[in-house]
Amino acid sequence: MSAIVTSRGRKWFEALSGSDGKHAPGPGSLLIADGVLGKEKVAYIALAPDPLSRFPRARAAEVGVEEGWYGTKALHQVIEADRNGVKRPIITVVDSKNQAYGRREEMVGIHLAGAAIIAAYAEARMAGHPVIALIVGRAVSGSFLALCGQANEMIAFDDPEVLIHAMYKDAAARITRRTVEELDKLSEKIVPMAYDIKSFNKLGGLFRLVDVAAPDAPSEATAAQVKAVLERIPNVKARLAGAAGVGEGSRSYVGQ
Amino acid sequence: MTESVEYQLAPEVLSLSNRRSYIELNARARATQLLDPGTFHELLDPFDRVESPWLPLQGIVPQSDDGCVVAKGRIDGKPAVVIAMEGKFQGGSIGEVCGMKMAMAFALARQDNEKGIPTRAVLSLESGGVRLQEANIGELVIAEIYAELVALRRHIPVIVVIAGSTGCFGGMSLAAGLASYVVMTRQARLSMNGPEVIELEAGVEELDASNKPFIWGYCGGAQRFAAGAADVLVEDDAEEITNAVKALFRQGQPAQLRSDKYDQYIAFLSALDTSRQWTAEEICKAWKEGAK
Repeated sequence: MSAIVTSRGRKWFEALSGSDGKHAPGPGSLLIADGVLGKEKVAYIALAPDPLSRFPRARAAEVGVEEGWYGTKALHQVIEADRNGVKRPIITVVDSKNQAYGRREEMVGIHLAGAAIIAAYAEARMAGHPVIALIVGRAVSGSFLALCGQANEMIAFDDPEVLIHAMYKDAAARITRRTVEELDKLSEKIVPMAYDIKSFNKLGGLFRLVDVAAPDAPSEATAAQVKAVLERIPNVKARLAGAAGVGEGSRSYVGQ
Repeated sequence: MTESVEYQLAPEVLSLSNRRSYIELNARARATQLLDPGTFHELLDPFDRVESPWLPLQGIVPQSDDGCVVAKGRIDGKPAVVIAMEGKFQGGSIGEVCGMKMAMAFALARQDNEKGIPTRAVLSLESGGVRLQEANIGELVIAEIYAELVALRRHIPVIVVIAGSTGCFGGMSLAAGLASYVVMTRQARLSMNGPEVIELEAGVEELDASNKPFIWGYCGGAQRFAAGAADVLVEDDAEEITNAVKALFRQGQPAQLRSDKYDQYIAFLSALDTSRQWTAEEICKAWKEGAK
């Protein structure tokens, strides 16, 4: 039985990795494959909708409990496989709605599944794998924290459909007891509250924005364009050039 | 004429009346409590006036510690840092300043450890999650907290204490998931999405946020402890919590970090029938069977 629901995340995962990302026995939402960048091996990971998910609240590319724990295991397998060799870059193609909001999820501790995949990305980075988040669509709330937050570098498409935020606008308005119009007005002067990707870029979180033509329909040309951007990220570039590693994966501005 | 009666209090009643609540302490008093007497030394205290730059722009009065107290001192005679969140300020939300205080405290503790000074860390959490008034910068800072927590726990245990009454939700529930050990009271709740958020997103038939016994039943301290998500269940007693923290540090690193137990959690999830909802008891039973 197949029920492939396409999404921006799935399309870009396939375009970049050349694979459908299927792997047993994990959930259908978790796409994992090795690909080639330059002439070297890289690992690609993405989440995509899976209408057949065992967990009904995790069928639209959410970070759910299975995504978290199987993703963690997959990352540990990459770390283990490269323990004594070249640490392959890990590129996460991000288009995930948010964490799964459900009773089952809280019952079994979705906070642990989220923590586990975060720890796995952090361990991969500290082991010397270049960890890159390529944000082609949504990275909201738990999706951002789970899939992007531990990357050495984040790259995002410069496109109105790309959304990085703590919470969707209507929910944020309800919880802060404001109207959507009031939120929009506030975001004009308070950059961290804004919903557009250019404002997010102003916060200094992104390595760069990439302007891709027709981001809903990757072509050979645009896939090559994105690969060229990935290859130019300094620690990826160093790795592809055969450098053994850049030491402990340093990042950000904390504690340096 | 009345006869005078001498009341004999039962020992458990006596111990209850002598108990000093931890829940009722504010963040600064909690940090003082967890550190050895007389060793509390606050970093970036309120007189340093490092406040949220974003709240005044929205007509919200900031607080001079931004809801997060960082204190150096000693625990059991060993160098320690305690980071205590104040649930009463903006719901214990993580903004730029309080989040960076937390991340930097972890970073400094790691640097100590790298230099051979075994500084241990305790995180006393009361948090509703990211501060929506500082939304995206809050998310970036939470990612920094995780990065530093994971780097520090390689050297020395990081202990999370969740006492209540705010509980621990959103981004900080994941910080609890990253901790080497978690200590909870029965009053405390630990959950990623708050019950109101789930009801809002998934409907009341999925989860009724007004059903308090049910909420504590699945994410309260007793249940989290029974189902493997917390290491120690304590009474709301400041002394007992302090002693639990000391005992965990004496124990040293856990045999396996909770976030490394992917095989165990995958087996646990695989055995569950997801076509229906479960009771808290069923989850405990499934977890215990998986642990055998």
